[in-house]
Amino acid sequence: MEERRRLSILITPSAIFMLVLFVLPLLIMVVYTFRQGSFGPTSRIFTLAHYHDFLSDRALQGLLWRSVVQSFWISLISVCLAYPVAYHLSFQAGERKMTLLTIIIVTAWVSFLLRILAWKVLLGGSGAIASLAQSLGLSEEGMPFLIYSQEAVNLTLIYVWIPFVALPIFAGLERIDPSLHEAAYDLGCSRPEAFVRVTLPLSLPGVVAGFLFVFIPTVGEYVTPSLVGGTTGVMFGNIVRDQFVRALNWPLGSLMSLAMLIVVLIPLVIAARLFKFSDLAGL
Amino acid sequence: MELRNRFSLGSLYYWLVALFLYLPILLLIVFSFNDSTNLRFPLTGFTLRWYQELFGAGELLKSLWNSIWVGLWSSLAATVLGTMAAIAINRFEFPGKNIFIGISALPLVIPSVVIGVALLILYRQVFDVELSLLTVGLGHVVINIPIVLLIVSSRLAGFPANMEEAAMDLGASFWGAQLQVILPMSLPALVAAFLTAFTTSFDEYAMSVFVVGTNATLPVYMYSQLRFPRRIPIVVALGALIMVGSVVMIFVSERLRRAGEAK
Repeated sequence: MEERRRLSILITPSAIFMLVLFVLPLLIMVVYTFRQGSFGPTSRIFTLAHYHDFLSDRALQGLLWRSVVQSFWISLISVCLAYPVAYHLSFQAGERKMTLLTIIIVTAWVSFLLRILAWKVLLGGSGAIASLAQSLGLSEEGMPFLIYSQEAVNLTLIYVWIPFVALPIFAGLERIDPSLHEAAYDLGCSRPEAFVRVTLPLSLPGVVAGFLFVFIPTVGEYVTPSLVGGTTGVMFGNIVRDQFVRALNWPLGSLMSLAMLIVVLIPLVIAARLFKFSDLAGL
Repeated sequence: MELRNRFSLGSLYYWLVALFLYLPILLLIVFSFNDSTNLRFPLTGFTLRWYQELFGAGELLKSLWNSIWVGLWSSLAATVLGTMAAIAINRFEFPGKNIFIGISALPLVIPSVVIGVALLILYRQVFDVELSLLTVGLGHVVINIPIVLLIVSSRLAGFPANMEEAAMDLGASFWGAQLQVILPMSLPALVAAFLTAFTTSFDEYAMSVFVVGTNATLPVYMYSQLRFPRRIPIVVALGALIMVGSVVMIFVSERLRRAGEAK
C-alpha cells in the first residue's frame, strides 16, 4: 500500500503532463482530420473529404514519398560519413577519445538555424564560395546553381546531422567487449574480416539508433528547405506548415501531419522489434 | 607499421570531418567582424559595429531574454518531472510501465512539426488560450521530459540497488533516502539533464513557431530577421556570442557528466 502511494506520487505528475500535453493533442489532431473546416460552423461537420483529397492527390503523396526517400539517403550518407569517425574514436584514439568526441559533439550544440544560415551564406549566388572563386579569378560571374536545390538541402542536412549520428554509433561501439576482437583474431580472422563479422554486427543497434535519430526529424524538415531549398527543394514538411500558416486548412494539415507520423513510426516499430530498447537508447 | 598507418588514416579522416564541421561556423564568426552587410568575399575590413548595434537591437535582446526565461522554466519543470519519473521507473515495477516509458520517450522521436501542429490545435481549438511564452514553454517541457528521463535513468541504473535500503536501515524515511542519498548521488546527471534540456529549448524552432504568440523566442525572431539582408550581420554577431557561450556550457556539463561517471 505504502509502496503504491510512493509510486503514484512519483509518477502521476509526469504521467498527467504527458497525457494532457502530448497524447491528448495527438488524439485531437486525429479527430481534426475528420472536420470539414478549420473554424466556425464548418468545423463541426464530420467529413471524409480530406481523406479523399489526400488519397486522390498523386502530387501530394509523391512529395511525401520523395521526402521519405530523400530522408533515407540523407540519413544513410550521414551514418556512412560518421561511422569511421566513431570507429576511430572508439578503437584508435586511446586516451584522447572523450576530448575528440567532445570536439565533434560541440558543433551539434551550435544553433540549428545558424548552421543552416552558414550554408545559405556559403552557397548563395553571390555568397562565400561564389565570391571567393570570383576573387581568386576562378569564375567570372556568381554561382546561382549552388543554392536553392534539393542537393543544397541534402548537403546542409548531412552537415547538420553528422555529429548527431556519430554519438549513438560511438556509444554502440563502446559497448562492444574488446576481448571479442581478440577472440576473432585468435580464431584466424583478418582485420577486415573481424570488422565485417564481429564489430559491424555488434555495432548495429547504435547505427540503427543514429539512422533513426536523423531520419525521423528529416522527414518532418521544413526549415532547411525553406532557407536553402528554393522551389525545387520543397519537402513535405513545408506543405504541412503551409496548411496551418498560409492556407489555414487545419483539417487537411492534420491529416498530412498524421500521414507523416505514420510514415516515421513504421521504421521505428520495426527497429523496436529487432533490437532491445535499451540498446537503441544507448543505456 | 601497419597499425600506425591505419591510425593516421583514421586520424586524418577524423580531422577532415572536424574541419568540415567547423569551417562554416568559423566563417560566420569571421563575417561577424567584417565591415559590410554582404556576407561575401573579399573581406572589407575589421569592425565591431555589429556587436555594438546588438546592444541597440531591442527586439532581438527581448527575444533573447524570452528564450532564456522559457529555457530556464521549461528545463526546470522537465528536470523535476523527468527525475521523479526516472526514480519511479528505476525503483518500481508496475503495470503499464513499458507503455509509460514508450510514450514518454516518443516526443524525442517524432518530428517536431507534428508536435507543434497538435499543440496548436489543442491550445486554440480546445482550450482556446492565447499563444504566449507559456504555451511555448509547455511545449518545450514535452520535448525535454524524454531527454531528462534518458539521462537521469541511465545514471540511476548504474547505482547499486541497496543504496536506498542502506539509508532506510540507518533511519531515513523513503523520501529522506531519495532526497539525501539518491538525489545527491545523481546530481551530476541532473545538472547535465538540465543543461541539455536548456540548450534544446533555447534552440527549438520547428515546433515553437507554431505555438509562439507575438512575443517571439530567439530562434523564431532570428528566423524572421533572415528576410532582411541588412539585419543578418547583427543576427550572426549574436549567434557568434551564443556559440561561444554554449561551447563553454557544453564543456562544463561534459565535465560534470564525466565526474559523475568516474565515481
